[in-house]
Amino acid sequence: MADPHTSPTAVGVHRIDEATGTSTVGHEWDGIEELNTPLPRWWLWTFYASIVWAAGYVVLYPAWPMLNSATQGVLGWSSRSDLEREMQAHAVRRAPITNAIAATALTDLPAKPELMQAAVQGGAAAFRVHCVQCHGAGGAGVKKLYPSLTDDDWLWGGDLASIEYTIAHGIRNPDHKATRVSQMPAFGRDGILDAAQIADVVSHVRVISKQDKPSAESMRGNALFQANCAVCHGASGAGDRTVGAPKLTDAVWLYGGDRDSLIATIAQPRNGVMPRWGHRLDPVTVKMLATYVYSLGGGEKASAPALAPISEGQGADGQP
Amino acid sequence: MASPDDLTGENAPLYAARKGVYPKKVDGPFRRFKWAIMGITLAIYYGTPWIRWDRGPYAPDQAVLVDLANRRFYMFQIEIWPHEFYYVAGLLIMAGIGLFLVTSAVGRAWCGYACPQTVWTDLFQHVDRLVDGDRNAQIRLANGPWTAEKLGKRSFKYAIYLAIAFWTGGAWIMYFADAPSLTVDFWSGQAAPIAYGTVAVLTATTFILGGFMREQVCIYMCPWPRIQTAMMDEKSLLVTYKDWRGEPRGSVKKAQAHPDAFGDCVDCNQCVAVCPTGIDIREGPQIGCITCALCIDACDDVMGQIGRPRGLIDYCTLDDAAVEKAGGIGKPVMKTLLRPRTLIYFGIWSAIGAAMLFSLGQRTRLDLAVQHERSPLYVQLSDGHIRNNYTLKLRNMETRPRRVAVTVDGLAGAALWTEAGLRETAKQRIEIALAPDSVTRVRLFVAAPGDGPARQDFTIATRGLDGDPRGDSDVIQFDRPEAGQ
Repeated sequence: MADPHTSPTAVGVHRIDEATGTSTVGHEWDGIEELNTPLPRWWLWTFYASIVWAAGYVVLYPAWPMLNSATQGVLGWSSRSDLEREMQAHAVRRAPITNAIAATALTDLPAKPELMQAAVQGGAAAFRVHCVQCHGAGGAGVKKLYPSLTDDDWLWGGDLASIEYTIAHGIRNPDHKATRVSQMPAFGRDGILDAAQIADVVSHVRVISKQDKPSAESMRGNALFQANCAVCHGASGAGDRTVGAPKLTDAVWLYGGDRDSLIATIAQPRNGVMPRWGHRLDPVTVKMLATYVYSLGGGEKASAPALAPISEGQGADGQP
Repeated sequence: MASPDDLTGENAPLYAARKGVYPKKVDGPFRRFKWAIMGITLAIYYGTPWIRWDRGPYAPDQAVLVDLANRRFYMFQIEIWPHEFYYVAGLLIMAGIGLFLVTSAVGRAWCGYACPQTVWTDLFQHVDRLVDGDRNAQIRLANGPWTAEKLGKRSFKYAIYLAIAFWTGGAWIMYFADAPSLTVDFWSGQAAPIAYGTVAVLTATTFILGGFMREQVCIYMCPWPRIQTAMMDEKSLLVTYKDWRGEPRGSVKKAQAHPDAFGDCVDCNQCVAVCPTGIDIREGPQIGCITCALCIDACDDVMGQIGRPRGLIDYCTLDDAAVEKAGGIGKPVMKTLLRPRTLIYFGIWSAIGAAMLFSLGQRTRLDLAVQHERSPLYVQLSDGHIRNNYTLKLRNMETRPRRVAVTVDGLAGAALWTEAGLRETAKQRIEIALAPDSVTRVRLFVAAPGDGPARQDFTIATRGLDGDPRGDSDVIQFDRPEAGQ
């Protein structure tokens, strides 16, 4: 046998490299040779199989990007339709509970603890999507901006029906007739009271809320209060929920109960707006939201005469 | 030319083909002991799920039940909840130390008698003998051509294998659900897919591991033979061929001709023929020996027939082997078993067991966990009071409905109510009905006067109102607004 180091490489017969026992590919450049170490067979066949699989995939599924969209694929699959199908299945799965909640009058829910609990849970989920932006996680509110829903001080009533009405119709929605509206005049901005008079009224308000002792200013403020404020807030400052006038004698202040905050509020009231949800959410969701807000700790028994019932099969604000 | 990465220069493959093992039928005290252990362990395995145990109307009546769906573990009168899983961990530790104890005392007794792999292999080998005949017939059949007879015998044998394997896999799932109703569900196609999957997997593993892999599991797969070498010492009992007595080997005829030139071993190979792992014990202690002691039975039988004393192959410690080799007499068995090492293992083992039993007897079956709600941390109420919200998790671990009282301590003027009521109904003490064997979640509202420290620790406690007044309490924080807010 010829010595592999000296014998010229014949065509088709490749030298075996002694050190590694591997054959060379048969080329030689200035004495540099390449060992023939092909890809493993399993790798190669996996690669070919991937190509075949990819060809099928391109035909069946959305694949090639075009100018405005992509090829659709003959199966017509899309992640959006997938999601829709899942949401549909989810709705079907929840249907027994949502139907039961829909069929139960809101005020009857607390008597059915299991259904109430389901409604509260559903409301909590919806609250996290639609309400936390202003009212905060758990309905804690934001100081001097958005009311806390966890306390026992309600502008428009804290029983289930009142809460549902407020959610469905909102507060101060100019485009909606049934919305809750109250407007505190801008006593300072519009020049109804001057700065000294406002200071006197503030002294009076601080007295009736038991933050200050009565004084000469507060006596003057009392007279001004009776003339300007009592029509809504009541002679004693007890507030009036039918017009959304807050109680001024308690410890809860939406926009602050200190002197500066009270002066600012009287001079230029905020008149905050809450969007109405009746035309965005289905009636069951509004109902569940009401039970959730009611369950946060400040829920009240129904005392005021129930408001006009919300018709079924329509948006919760009575519009289709 | 040698392969470049063959560093030894030898081309020995890493794979060794299995050599068939056809253990011969044998009888003797150890074989009968093995029968008894096999009967007991199989009866425990197949029978336990069918034992009933009355726990009243609110809990399953199966004596041993691992209820994964409801996260409960029942074992006779003991019920374990997920948060008490350390009892199961304790049992596993006891099992581990128990293995150390057994190994240091009697060597691989677990491997030889009680290991499921050994028990099922033994069972399948009996099936072999039943269908194919004893060792020689089995070898003949295995080496013979595929005749109709061989085909028939093989299919019959594998059918029995499969039936045993299926029965084994089927018994396993009975531990995880009510056995009688699961059996009905299983055969009517109503059981959960996981039940069928589990049975299929365990049938396959039993069929393969017990029917075909057998001693290869012990020799190549199982870590225990490796671990046990660290657990054994020169005082552990081993199945030992007493070579100082047996060697040199010679047939009965040769020994009669030259009584002084030969030992007791007549080289009859019976110890090899009966070995379920196919080893030759005369080569000394080895990884393949599971110490099942069947070779002792076989050798004693032969020694009896040729009128020599029994025990040429016998349980013996390494220490005793040295003594006997020198002509002395080994220690009595009890002295071998009772020595510091085994006593310490036994002490640890029983201490863990006693501690677990003690804590099982002491545990309360009413548990309270309180979580302070953080959004909001506190609520200003219109009358100047401050309200904090808490989530109570009340675990009633008894299988009966209970009534409990919830009270607070260390918070002046506190009033409690739950989400089911309104503040008008607030009281110093509220009563809650707990469903049997379940966790009840209650949102608790606590209102207290607004003048007080910004942070205050107080205690929420619960106790039973129905006979057993034991309860649980939790110290938790009450928050008020910081001064000036």
